[in-house]
Amino acid sequence: MTRRSGRPDPSDADGDRTEDAAFAALLEDSAEELYESAPCGYLSTLMDGTVAKINATLLGWLGLERAAVVGRMRFSDMLTVGGKLYHETHFAPLLQLQGEISGIAFEIKQADGGRMPVLVSSVLKRGSVGEPLLIRTTLFDARDRRAYEEELLRRRKVADEARMRAETDRARLQDALAVLQRSLLPDTLTRVPGLETAAHYHTASPDRLGGDFYDLFPIDGKRYAFFLGDVCGKGPQAAAVTSLTRYTLRAAALHDADPVAALATLNTVLHERYTGSGDPRHCTVVFGTLEPDPVTGRVAVVVASGGHPPALVLRADGTAAYLPTPGGLLVGVLPSASFATATTELAPGDTLLLYTDGLTEARTGEDRASLYGEDALLAFATERAGKPPSAVIKALTDLLDSFGDGLDDDTALLALGIPDASVNSRAEDGR
Amino acid sequence: MDIARRNNITVTGNPQGPTVVLAHGFGCDQNMWRLTVPALAEDHRVVLFDYVGSGRSDPAAFSAERYSSLDGYARDVVEVCEALDLREAIFVGHSVSAMIGVLAADLAPERIGALVMIAPSPRYIDDDGYRGGFGAEDIEELLQSLDSNYLGWSAAMAPVIMGNADRPELGEELKNSFCATDPDMASVFARTTFLSDSRDDLKRVNVPTLVLECTHDAIAPREVGAFVSRAIPGSTLVTLDATGHCPHLSAPEATNKALLDFLAELR
Repeated sequence: MTRRSGRPDPSDADGDRTEDAAFAALLEDSAEELYESAPCGYLSTLMDGTVAKINATLLGWLGLERAAVVGRMRFSDMLTVGGKLYHETHFAPLLQLQGEISGIAFEIKQADGGRMPVLVSSVLKRGSVGEPLLIRTTLFDARDRRAYEEELLRRRKVADEARMRAETDRARLQDALAVLQRSLLPDTLTRVPGLETAAHYHTASPDRLGGDFYDLFPIDGKRYAFFLGDVCGKGPQAAAVTSLTRYTLRAAALHDADPVAALATLNTVLHERYTGSGDPRHCTVVFGTLEPDPVTGRVAVVVASGGHPPALVLRADGTAAYLPTPGGLLVGVLPSASFATATTELAPGDTLLLYTDGLTEARTGEDRASLYGEDALLAFATERAGKPPSAVIKALTDLLDSFGDGLDDDTALLALGIPDASVNSRAEDGR
Repeated sequence: MDIARRNNITVTGNPQGPTVVLAHGFGCDQNMWRLTVPALAEDHRVVLFDYVGSGRSDPAAFSAERYSSLDGYARDVVEVCEALDLREAIFVGHSVSAMIGVLAADLAPERIGALVMIAPSPRYIDDDGYRGGFGAEDIEELLQSLDSNYLGWSAAMAPVIMGNADRPELGEELKNSFCATDPDMASVFARTTFLSDSRDDLKRVNVPTLVLECTHDAIAPREVGAFVSRAIPGSTLVTLDATGHCPHLSAPEATNKALLDFLAELR
């Protein structure tokens, strides 16, 4: 209203006169008229809730005549039974404690059986010595607002239910995942007479599905096969290849235990499965056989490698060396591939260590330029040569932990060694 | 467990006097006794507390399972009595707390020596030959009212209001904070309160008992007051000329007088 602000309206003198008339009409709007026809319900009650005064707006909402309400009804009689309970347990005590209360949602009962959502505010009017005299109450039409709030509450309920369902699904999927995860790795390593084994597995994927794998299993009465490898990629897609690889190698080894033959079979399977799929997959793997000699206690080892970092042999005499298998190709890339073989023999106190490049390519500095590397691993292994497989794996696990964020790939470790029954006697020998 | 913190225990009044425990009902908290405490404080030691899930109790102690029966609340009372090592205390319970007091006196007879039941009801829902005043659908409606009025409560404010027993000034200025309750906890208390049936427990009461009812109480009608008084052998029924369910707020003088008369008889 420009009149109030004192700013003249420069554009329209006629409009100014019209506004003057409207303003004068407003001034003639009586207090009585304002009360009765206000856009909200007005109600004055005695302290016991008996209605003393009520405006026409509220009577209209209730659908009642004034004579049926004043002196005859209490405020709480206008409410639904649930609202009455809420009034007695929350509204009335708070009004008495605070002297006022505002914006409480109720529904009033209408004469035609309908219900109308309202927002109720009340203040206590007190006498000269502070004694409560009456309660003044206003009620606002809250039909639209209530509908909106109900929509919000409904959606929250839907969201809560969806969240609970999602949590249940998640738990179920994690159980399923754990079963699949266990199918990728042996629960426990097969016991090989005269051999001690230890393994460690670290997965970089949050769903614990990895692309590294290892296994150890019997193939005939006297020989055992083992393998350890790394599928390209991480996560569920890598895990699917891992699964195919693991079971192919196990089946191939039972058919023909020759390491080169086993890798050739795997190469054919992977190549056939993934070539032309639009998602070429390959892996690197070391596959080998162990043949313990029950008389000497020694174990003959034959390994073949398909593009995998060389195995390490830790000797009882405190030395360590890589077991080179040069020329072996990545498995699954070419239709037919050739693989290199190497042999060695483990004596008491010797340990064969297999690992994946998660270990050697762990970052030791800020960027990818400083990686742990094969030289560091050889030095680390040399210091632990002569220790049993469990101690070697424990030391390497601690090493992996020390990399922290630098270890960002799956990592598998497998150590196969012959316990040194003559540690003491060797010391006496002065070897 | 620190019961004093869990139940926001307040001890005031005359330490030499007999102990009166004031227990609030469903809806608000120990502030409901604001007009009662001054009348008792001179000659009585007054113990106030909040049930877990109400007022400034420790919300972490809430368990929907425990508080889905009145026994859970009665155990709160017994544990409050034990924490203060009360003997023969006079338990004043408003509304549902009146019944909680009956159960607590049964659980730990040595702790509670007398009962004052203000506007009690052992059963709110009508039953064969019994009129409690409500139908089951009314209780659902109350739950909806709770759902549409998070009185002074919001997830953001809850930590300020609740669990700040050591800094009560934090909650003091917050409007409606006396009735501020996590809506989920309030709904558990509402169901427990209005769906329980404790009629059979009344006849086991064997301590002096005062039943206070109002002339016009929308929650506990007079016939319920008469039922309670009849069911408890030797109890006294006093009808206060008061409207509403909270005579200690709406008619504090009359309520305090009835209370003090009863306490004087006990001494």
